[in-house]
Amino acid sequence: MTTNTELDARSSLRWLWRQLTSMRTALILLLLLGVAAIPGSLFPQRTQNPLKVSDFFKSNPGTAKFLDQLHIFDVYSSPWFSSIYILLFISLIGCVLPRSFEHLKGIRAKPSLTPKNLNRMEFHTEISGTNLDTAEAWLRKRHFRIRRDANSISAEKGFMRETGNLMFHLALILILVGVALGSLFGMKGDAIINVGERFINTPTSFDVISFGKLQSEKNLEPFSITATDFKATYELGTGAPSDYKLTVNVANPVGTKEESKIVRVNSPLTFGSTKVYLQANGYSPLVTVRDKSGEVKYQGAVIFLPQDGNLTSTGAIKVPDMQPQVGFIGSFVPTFARNSQRGAFSTYPEVLDPRLLISIWTGDLGLDSGNPQSIYRLDTSKMKRIGLKTLKLHETLNFGDGSITFEGWTPWVNLQIVKDPGKIYALLGSIFAILGLLMSLFTRSRRIWVKENLDKSGVEVAGLAKNSAPGLESEIASLANEMKG
Amino acid sequence: MSSTNYAYLSNYAIYSAMVLFTIAFISHAVEVAFSVRNLEEKTKFDFTRTKRSGKLGTVMIVLAFIFLLVAVLFRGLSAHRVPWGNMYEFSITGALAFTGAYIFALWKYKVRWLGLPVAIAVLLTLGTAITILYRPSAPLVPALKSTWLAIHVSAAIISGGVFLLANCIAATYLILDRYEQNGGRPSWALKLPSLEVLDQLTYRLVAFVFPLWTFAVIAGAIWAESAWGRYWGWDPKETWAFITWVAYAAYLHARVTVGWRGRKAAWLCLFAGSTFLFNYVYVNIWGTGKHTYSGL
Repeated sequence: MTTNTELDARSSLRWLWRQLTSMRTALILLLLLGVAAIPGSLFPQRTQNPLKVSDFFKSNPGTAKFLDQLHIFDVYSSPWFSSIYILLFISLIGCVLPRSFEHLKGIRAKPSLTPKNLNRMEFHTEISGTNLDTAEAWLRKRHFRIRRDANSISAEKGFMRETGNLMFHLALILILVGVALGSLFGMKGDAIINVGERFINTPTSFDVISFGKLQSEKNLEPFSITATDFKATYELGTGAPSDYKLTVNVANPVGTKEESKIVRVNSPLTFGSTKVYLQANGYSPLVTVRDKSGEVKYQGAVIFLPQDGNLTSTGAIKVPDMQPQVGFIGSFVPTFARNSQRGAFSTYPEVLDPRLLISIWTGDLGLDSGNPQSIYRLDTSKMKRIGLKTLKLHETLNFGDGSITFEGWTPWVNLQIVKDPGKIYALLGSIFAILGLLMSLFTRSRRIWVKENLDKSGVEVAGLAKNSAPGLESEIASLANEMKG
Repeated sequence: MSSTNYAYLSNYAIYSAMVLFTIAFISHAVEVAFSVRNLEEKTKFDFTRTKRSGKLGTVMIVLAFIFLLVAVLFRGLSAHRVPWGNMYEFSITGALAFTGAYIFALWKYKVRWLGLPVAIAVLLTLGTAITILYRPSAPLVPALKSTWLAIHVSAAIISGGVFLLANCIAATYLILDRYEQNGGRPSWALKLPSLEVLDQLTYRLVAFVFPLWTFAVIAGAIWAESAWGRYWGWDPKETWAFITWVAYAAYLHARVTVGWRGRKAAWLCLFAGSTFLFNYVYVNIWGTGKHTYSGL
């Protein structure tokens, strides 16, 4: 009884394996993978655009909750997407590995026996008054693999087709290994720094950071980057950016001699498998806030976030050390203009005629409530607005409890720091994949047989082209010509 | 010559190419429509009478190709960069690649009958390009300033041209197949190749260009790695490029390994081609993501 069920289990497992590794299943899985990728391009994804996802939640809370249960906002890490590609790759491995061994055997083996009835094959011709030697010489010259028997020749050519095919599929597995290594041992983070500031590559320096499952937080490259200069160039007419150039001083590890380097959008800094990218930029207005007695309560560059192409930027200045607490909602306009419809706005992304628009709030900033707060937004629920003002450069506003001065500005840059130890394998895999594809799709695989007539008066020739590749007919015709003399 | 002069000349060359394509369209239509002498006696056909008209169409298309080439070149000269910065430029270069693919197929496989659908498709593309998608010639945003632009975009555009040509043939296959199911081809279609030839031709084109498309995607990934900090991020454009890749891979497998021929394969090819078109039109115009910064 037990043996029976065991047998049943084993045979059904074998059946399952055979089904999974069959070409038809692989094909269905491949198409399914394509279809499964679609929703991720139609709905916002958390990994790319978390803001859009939260907007979606706000505007359709019910639908969003339902969709979220289906992992529609994390399609590419969802269980259903993962299961399709994992099944596909198991199927691929189950298909490709045995074929590779078979192919290796095939390379060493001789071509198969010449079939009995050549007249059933393609391009069958009979030539009288010739013999096998001429045919063999002709085939050898063209690098066919040859099996010479007593009264026949079996020749084949085009092994590169299957070699390339297998190479392509093995390379795909290598790419997947690279992707997996990257997501397990990688790390990715963003940090905004003002020009003039120094960034040290430790987890606490980042605004956002995420680690791969097997990447320890201690393994970050110990470099430091000081932003010394940032220059953005714009087209005069349109204000479209044409170049961003960030000059930095780099020390690796921290504290060693610094070296000056330049970072551009398409040329990141490299530290081993870690790269540092210039991703975004904006302005930080420099302000000084004083209390009634004139004592400086806050001084420095406050990072504002750009809102449009001309870098009108908004942000918040929080001064908890004053009684009552003071906060400012600000808007930095690099090149000032005003009209009745839009109010104040910027007409050019470079700082030509700057203004700092502020609204002044007093009360409780809410910093002690324990809830994390965005540094770019003021929580005005327990505050009261006491004034509005557009400040010119170096202008000071007295608001009763103190004063604020618009001292200047400095650019900031967003550095994206990415560690991906797997990408070299993905790249190698890609290169092999293309080479394999080219080999496979541009090699014709075919067989030619030559057989002596029973009375040795002449020979029969025929061939077979795999996948009905063209050209075999003319090849056989020229062999026949050669043999006719 | 100044930048504006080059830009004007480029536009004139586009208009001239459109005129030539219109003449080609008419000549090919004449060839198709009037090649039958004996309408009553359906077994006797004479194609020699309209051959000249078809040949004129070919000459016009070759000339139009030259004008398009000049248009694309001058567009690049006017902006001092490769002319692949926005959708207008992708469209005119795509039309060039598509026409080039047709001329190549014409030379290699004698497919003059394709001239009619090719002329229609190119006219539609150029018409949309010059009326809706047109943008003045301008420099590139920093993210596009890379040698990979030339490599990645040219590979993608050429692949697109060949994919669309394969789609035209697959569509012809399906139309003729429907006729043959329902009692035979109409007289205008009698001299078109057999279904088997159409099926083979579609496969040849796809097999020829699939490695190039693979390369375009990989080149894009390499570029993305240096510009955006990751080689693959499921950006909508990347996602649809992947879907196209998967669809054509499925087509090749279906045909080579599972032995799908004819109708099923033609539908699969059409599906794959439409994912490419969808990616080009939808993702560029209505999509979000990192490929939509070009202002069309």
